[in-house]
Amino acid sequence: MSQQQTLPPKDLPKEPPVTPQLGAEHGLKPDEFQLMLDIVRESNGRAPTVTELGIFSVMWSEHCSYKSSRVWLKKLPTTAPWVICGPGENAGVIDIGDGQAAIFKMESHNHPSFIEPYQGAATGVGGILRDVFTMGARPIANMNALRFGEPGNPKTRHLVSGVVAGIGGYGNCVGVPTVGGETNFHKAYNGNCLVNAMTVGLAQADKIFYSKAAGVGKPVVYVGSKTGRDGIHGATMSSAEFTADSESKRPTVQVGDPFTEKLLIEACLELMATDAIVAIQDMGAAGLTSSSVEMAGKGGLGIELDLDKVPQREPNMTPYEIMLSESQERMLMILEPGREDEARRIFEKWELDFAVIGHLTDNGRMVLKMHGRTWCDLVLAPLFDKAPLYHRPTEPTPPQPELAAGDFPLPAPASQLLLKLLGCPDLASKRWIWEQYDSQVMADTVMGPGGDAAVVRVHGTKKALAITTDCTPRYCLADPVRGGAQAVAEAWRNLTAVGALPLAITDNMNFGNPEKPRIMGQFAGCIEGMAEACRVLDFPVVSGNVSLYNETNGEAILPTPAIGGVGLLKDSTLAIGSGFKAEGDALFLLGETKGAIGQSLYLREILGREEGAPPIVDLQVERRNGDLVRGLIEARLLTACHDLSDGGLAVGLAEMALRGGKGVTVTGLEQADAGLLFGEDQARYLVTASATNAGEVESRAKAAGVPLTRLGTVGGDALTGLAGGPIPVAEMKRVNEAWLPAYMAGEL
Amino acid sequence: MRSAVIVFPGSNCDRDVAVALEQASGTKPHIVWHRDTEIPEVDVIAVPGGFSYGDYLRCGAMAAQSPAMRVVKERADKGVRVFGLCNGFQILTETGLLPGALIRNRSLKYVCRTVGLKVESADSDFTRKYRAGDVVRIPIGHGEGNYVADDETLERLEGEGLVAFRYAAVEGELGDANPNGATRDIAGIYNAKRNVLGMMPHPERAFEPLHGNTDGRAFFDSLVESLS
Repeated sequence: MSQQQTLPPKDLPKEPPVTPQLGAEHGLKPDEFQLMLDIVRESNGRAPTVTELGIFSVMWSEHCSYKSSRVWLKKLPTTAPWVICGPGENAGVIDIGDGQAAIFKMESHNHPSFIEPYQGAATGVGGILRDVFTMGARPIANMNALRFGEPGNPKTRHLVSGVVAGIGGYGNCVGVPTVGGETNFHKAYNGNCLVNAMTVGLAQADKIFYSKAAGVGKPVVYVGSKTGRDGIHGATMSSAEFTADSESKRPTVQVGDPFTEKLLIEACLELMATDAIVAIQDMGAAGLTSSSVEMAGKGGLGIELDLDKVPQREPNMTPYEIMLSESQERMLMILEPGREDEARRIFEKWELDFAVIGHLTDNGRMVLKMHGRTWCDLVLAPLFDKAPLYHRPTEPTPPQPELAAGDFPLPAPASQLLLKLLGCPDLASKRWIWEQYDSQVMADTVMGPGGDAAVVRVHGTKKALAITTDCTPRYCLADPVRGGAQAVAEAWRNLTAVGALPLAITDNMNFGNPEKPRIMGQFAGCIEGMAEACRVLDFPVVSGNVSLYNETNGEAILPTPAIGGVGLLKDSTLAIGSGFKAEGDALFLLGETKGAIGQSLYLREILGREEGAPPIVDLQVERRNGDLVRGLIEARLLTACHDLSDGGLAVGLAEMALRGGKGVTVTGLEQADAGLLFGEDQARYLVTASATNAGEVESRAKAAGVPLTRLGTVGGDALTGLAGGPIPVAEMKRVNEAWLPAYMAGEL
Repeated sequence: MRSAVIVFPGSNCDRDVAVALEQASGTKPHIVWHRDTEIPEVDVIAVPGGFSYGDYLRCGAMAAQSPAMRVVKERADKGVRVFGLCNGFQILTETGLLPGALIRNRSLKYVCRTVGLKVESADSDFTRKYRAGDVVRIPIGHGEGNYVADDETLERLEGEGLVAFRYAAVEGELGDANPNGATRDIAGIYNAKRNVLGMMPHPERAFEPLHGNTDGRAFFDSLVESLS
């Protein structure tokens, strides 16, 4: 260890002694703290420095180590012939033909968004964008899945306002369209909102960049923004429950600069067009620590950094602060030796910092020097392979009763109830949100927000990608296995409904405190259901993120395994929307309706009851019905298609009328019960076909063994045929559009 | 028609407008970096949308000081056609090529939607393929599109027929016809010589059938017809 000092000892950063209490303040449990002491004692013959403690604590945090979830995540299927890279890299990569790849991932920024909604959400978008362009992809679409507390909660309006502005503020400036998402409200999120952001990027399949370092002696290069004191301990903060003092954690939230991110995207993609980069990794959670540890660790090498050379925003930063900072818009890369000047010119053109801060070594150690002194000298391997791995106890969720729709008669005429549902927070139009996002920049958006799935053209080709985010948390709470399967199945169905072939998913697992067996049981159950659905639907998981400890004062969120699905359309003109198209089109219900009323929105919003088992998910039927629908769309036999989910058949009809601005007359529903009108049976679609093609649709359904019911005919300016009389489309529109703007204006 | 697109750090509609110019004219535009002090001989220069310099200081204020914009100004003075879309409009007002300013939307929120746009005059190189009085549908996406100018300027714009586009109601569209509070519903204006146009809406986003609306195509076709 070098003891040469360039600063007089009195001016060196002061480091406090490493005590069990300091370990606890870093989130290390007593046995984890002891394990760290033993590891450092064995390899170095001394106690760890505080910089080393900081590095251990973030690498072993739940956020970085997945110590509670790893054993379960292994159960998810992650391969298929079209998967180029599954979980473990910055993002997942799939083959979309013609030598092109789609790269995508979804990631949470829940804890920071609750503390500071604008910056928390903004940096969530920034982080997921970096995960994608780090791998060589140009980001082409953003999505998000948001959950907020009940509207009456005093904090909800402030969170919605800040989160939406933050997502827009970042994504709009960077110039990547935000093409869709979902937003729910439930009291279980009063103390912890969820902000899950997804980015999809496009790359050449033979130009994917990975994080595994290679080549002893090769330079380690830092690019992007300067390092400041923001975000220190962000990863640790996200690995603990909130208590009453969570406001005091505001300084742990990072601050985003989308302008710098835009420059970083362009500079990185410009450099990536050369062959100068060996490996690259963004500095996300735990910043310089996790990026350097992961790159060197994956390559089985060591790394030595001279922290004096790290571009710094503030004077007198300590090695500890530099290593733990979560300043945004920074990347770490290994370059081919001799290419530094070429790379520097590109980053200087884009007015970004560029610094060679170290090199790879062959000793398997992480050595950090500053002011001529060594502040950290750790064997790297234990930071990831000795990270704690917990087989936490699980307690299964008790089964809920299957409810019979007949026990829940309609309390009012169906048309009145439908209007009420269309105006409820979960079903009300989210236009107020998505009009704050630029959904059209890049000029490739085929179908933007407000449909079943977004569709974005693959620039310069006929192809298009379909993208969706889905989860029904109330189902997951009542029956985690069914809920997990349903989330995957609904994503698959949404992609199918626009005519895409579903290819793969990213998952964002949002749960409460995993140290509680009940919560861990929810996690395990959701994984089991998801895994089964992924297998049956050939819909593997290629990337993901886990966010645990979403609890405040012991109250957990609903289990929320948000699924981001991506599918492929061979021809973007195949994409059909869910709005009624033409007068006289025949309307069909495709799939079987038994009247699944348990956990339905009808039960919750109309009768005020959250109970029963969620709908059964029959994955074979899901697949059979979906494959038929996709075939019908590919044969251009349909004019519109909408999958049925929240609110069931009646809400599906209304949504098609709203989106198309046209009415419909249905038959046989005057006497329908709650199960038929509002049941949330799975694997169902509403489709329309021209009078010419209706017969062909019927015969193909018959051949496939899929139940198909002729429901009515598109036309007029009202939804006609429900008990209670026709509902004008204009009236549905007024009710559907009114709630969110009025709520946000403080009028409700 | 020969064209150029100026690119600033933070521009993000540069590719979109370049694609539209190329498809309409059959010729690839020159891409000009903000630090360039020369622009090739072209018939039309596009100042694209986006967030030049992150919108820091004030939208368009820093881009207006760039070397490339000094050349754009010289060319405009010589009669070369120049148009600015969205952030490009903001930049053109900041350079003084167009009068007035664009301030925060009345709602204080960014807004992205398709709006109705009334073509005030078809008598320009940018609009000759439209008909005066047409209401077309063109997308917008901005947080600072609220056009303001002093009364004297507004009277001059109106009196000399220099209002190019106004926000107007389209049947079936929701919300205010005027999405940002712009004075007199002004969405786009010409300079006195009518060779410079700035507008907040994005015709390049309503260019091909994939966009679900091709009302913006005529904007680019007008230029091609005028300048080829």
